[in-house]
Amino acid sequence: MSAPTSELITPELIALHQLSESEYGKILNILGREPSYPELGIFSVMWSEHCSYKSSRLHLKKLPTTGTRVVQGPGENAGIIDIGGGYAIAFKIESHNHPSFIEPFQGAATGVGGILRDIFTMGARPIAVMDSLRFGPGSDPQCGARNRRILEGVVSGISHYGNCFGVPTVGGETIFEPCYNGNPLVNVFALGVFKKDEIFYAKASGIGNPVIYVGAKTGRDGIHGASMASAEFTEESKQKRPNVQMGDPFLEKLLLEACLEAMRTGAVLGIQDMGAAGLTCSTCEMGSRGGLGIEIELDLVPQRETGMTPYEIMLSESQERMLLVAEKGREEEVFRVFHKWGLDAAAIGAVTGDGLLRVRHHGDVVVEIPNRELADEAPLYDRPHAQPLRLAPMEAPEFASADLNGDLRTILSSGDVCSKRWIWEQYDYMVRTNTIAGPGGDAAIVRIKETGTSVAMSLDGNGRYCALSPREGARLAVAECCRNLSTVGATPAAATNNLNFGNPERPEIMAQLVEAIEGIAEACAFFDTPITGGNVSLYNETLGEGIFPTPVMGIVGLLETRAPLTMNFKAAGRVVILLGGVGACDTTRFGGTQYAKAVLNSMWGLPPALDMEYERRVHRAMREIVPLAESAHDLSDGGLAVAIAESSFGGAGFGAAIELNSQMRPEHLLFHEGPSRILISTSDPEGVECIARAHSVEAPRIGVTIESTIRVSNNGVELLSIDIASAEQAWQGGLGFPASWPV
Amino acid sequence: MKFGVIVFPGSNCDHDAWYAASHNFGQEARFIWHDDHSLGHVDVVILPGGFSYGDYLRCGAIARFSPVMAAVRKFAADGGLVAGICNGFQILVESGLLPGALMRNAGLKFVCAPVRIAAATTNSPFTNACEIGRPLTVPVAHGEGYYYADERTLDELEAEDRVAFRYIDNPNGSLRNIAGVLNAGRNVMGMMPHPERATEALVGSTGGRAVFESLIGALTLAR
Repeated sequence: MSAPTSELITPELIALHQLSESEYGKILNILGREPSYPELGIFSVMWSEHCSYKSSRLHLKKLPTTGTRVVQGPGENAGIIDIGGGYAIAFKIESHNHPSFIEPFQGAATGVGGILRDIFTMGARPIAVMDSLRFGPGSDPQCGARNRRILEGVVSGISHYGNCFGVPTVGGETIFEPCYNGNPLVNVFALGVFKKDEIFYAKASGIGNPVIYVGAKTGRDGIHGASMASAEFTEESKQKRPNVQMGDPFLEKLLLEACLEAMRTGAVLGIQDMGAAGLTCSTCEMGSRGGLGIEIELDLVPQRETGMTPYEIMLSESQERMLLVAEKGREEEVFRVFHKWGLDAAAIGAVTGDGLLRVRHHGDVVVEIPNRELADEAPLYDRPHAQPLRLAPMEAPEFASADLNGDLRTILSSGDVCSKRWIWEQYDYMVRTNTIAGPGGDAAIVRIKETGTSVAMSLDGNGRYCALSPREGARLAVAECCRNLSTVGATPAAATNNLNFGNPERPEIMAQLVEAIEGIAEACAFFDTPITGGNVSLYNETLGEGIFPTPVMGIVGLLETRAPLTMNFKAAGRVVILLGGVGACDTTRFGGTQYAKAVLNSMWGLPPALDMEYERRVHRAMREIVPLAESAHDLSDGGLAVAIAESSFGGAGFGAAIELNSQMRPEHLLFHEGPSRILISTSDPEGVECIARAHSVEAPRIGVTIESTIRVSNNGVELLSIDIASAEQAWQGGLGFPASWPV
Repeated sequence: MKFGVIVFPGSNCDHDAWYAASHNFGQEARFIWHDDHSLGHVDVVILPGGFSYGDYLRCGAIARFSPVMAAVRKFAADGGLVAGICNGFQILVESGLLPGALMRNAGLKFVCAPVRIAAATTNSPFTNACEIGRPLTVPVAHGEGYYYADERTLDELEAEDRVAFRYIDNPNGSLRNIAGVLNAGRNVMGMMPHPERATEALVGSTGGRAVFESLIGALTLAR
């Protein structure tokens, strides 16, 4: 959208602001008059899909949001849970998909910046970041070069922002599918820690209290970012590059330190970051939450450029800015802290009792809108939803493997399964010296120095599964996150989610969203991981082609601080146990696997079947087994064969000799992705079996660890025999970028 | 021992250095603000890692002008112990307290990884507890860590036994695998790897303990 110069409200101008006729009618009702031009812009962003969740709100209500540990559920800048010892953690996941396609480096960088502000605006110091990324394949005949450029740009952007800010990027996931060719997904999760009694909320209070603007100056960048994120992509989208904000991690680092220091003065009463919809969103939401009004004078807003209009100032999405309400008479205390850190801080208005957002420019009132109606009474749509879109057939193609070793190598070197070291070595994953388990494991673990306990976290989503069944795919993502956490010994505690979908105005896409939300709701209720916040990103379509429905779960778990249990085999002669058993699989349930994707280049049927009751028993057993295990690795993409291979990598040079007795066909046995399974090596197999029995969980001994090779046979027939070095080489080189070191 | 850790705007390993000295070695440690003109009473000054002043011009190029650096220069001239880690090394080089320059990594990417280094001399207050050539696992995390100096300077550093550490696995292309160097007075040392991150097995490795043990040993002897 090019910024119009006319201030006359015409039907064209309304349409340009992506407001429907009925939405405009609602505006007229609220105001009792025609909106001014800046008011139109304000309604447009606040009622955009990105800010208002107007298509998803109705269904998001189905999510479980309460639990014994939950201090703050959805609706604030981030969710908060109590971790004991007087401390709490704040965490959330958010997307920056659209900007990352238009300008990968800045799009991803500001995605990191935005979620970090969500955390520290509550008073928590960010201690971990994770990313869930989706790209088109680098090998795509048409889009390969662009896909690689986007991947490199996104990774550099995350690296630049997170490293400079000083927060460790401790893990994540990266998946490649052609459906993300024109629409990559960049979902960033952040987590922070604070004292439970030092939480700050984004709520205005106290009539007459000053409203203070802090941080970067306001410029013309990012105007309409939120609206851009609420529309499909077309060829013209590339011209929206000026809508992408520019990030400055150095400024954000100063802002973090200054905000935390200002909060300690006791003079700050409420605070909110200026993210999507900038000054507009922060003023009206703080006012609305406090049931109060806010009046500001735009002349007082620190500005980077001259001649900015009220429309531009209110809608700018310049980064690294915060709005706070302070106690009247204590402004100087706040200013002193921000000036110490070399940041702008200016009183730009005051809290009022009339419930209105009143904006003045050169003294004239240019905006006057009731806060509550603007922030909380956005249109709500019960969009029609029919059968979820399904393009894949139910029937499987004929297949029979000629070379299982070759198949394993193919899967190990495929984009989804291969080592992501090239990516995560560009992230500082150790700064703050809390990282007990960093990238590359099943779940990341960060210790909390203050409590002597640790927090584990896992991100997971599987668009393929969800394309086959949004409900089952969503439940599987929740189950896998919880399994990842249990594999490192953590008890799942709470969740956040990022719902990445296509155009909700298409009933078959809306149905995907509804089914996925219901699947998450069922699974999160079952695994006792309430949703404390999240993000919905719709209109992920380019030129009419939508992405797979891609809900991404972020789940945190709690554990005692101790040396981590990692996935690699540590010695030869240890017993290998498959906790949960070999599982079952039929051809229909094989169609979403990595085998189907990487070896057969096909997709069909349904995702793996999940028995949540059994899954939970496996988790409980695993958490008890942790002290007895030498290694543990959850089975997921690529099934048993990939889990054995990954457990053999990492330099120690120990593989396994596995002997199975199954009636499954070899491809299924080795590569099916049935959940509820964890590969363990141990020197105390009796102890492990005893715990498994107590939880009514299968725990067959399937082999022993050996030196330098991986061998698998079934009923005496050899299926796999591959040396670790060659398998690891395939796995390490899969991403296709040359190693940048050693030199 | 009293450790002083300088806090520049954009330092982000300041807390890690402070934590290592105070919690893992039980030493007194405090922060020194970049605007201060005096260091107060300290035995050793650490310039920590991070992105001082955003490192927007060139790493360390702005920090060298900060008020506290005049005090650091004087402290060093009087024989005080100064250790620059990562961005701190870059600042010492920009300040002229150490020779050479740190350029963009040869691989052109930021690299965060545990690497093996080894002390190249034990004749310094930063390495006296090390063993020459014995591998120590210490993480690096930098985009500009390629140590460069002209041939004559490199020869001189080697002739004067002023290479503190060398990489066994060179992560950035540094000439002659140099990971850390000493000044002529041997009381100022800069290194790209992060010893403060390698003082606890729980969070990775203990290869960096030798640097702290050396400092504590040297200071105890000096008393």
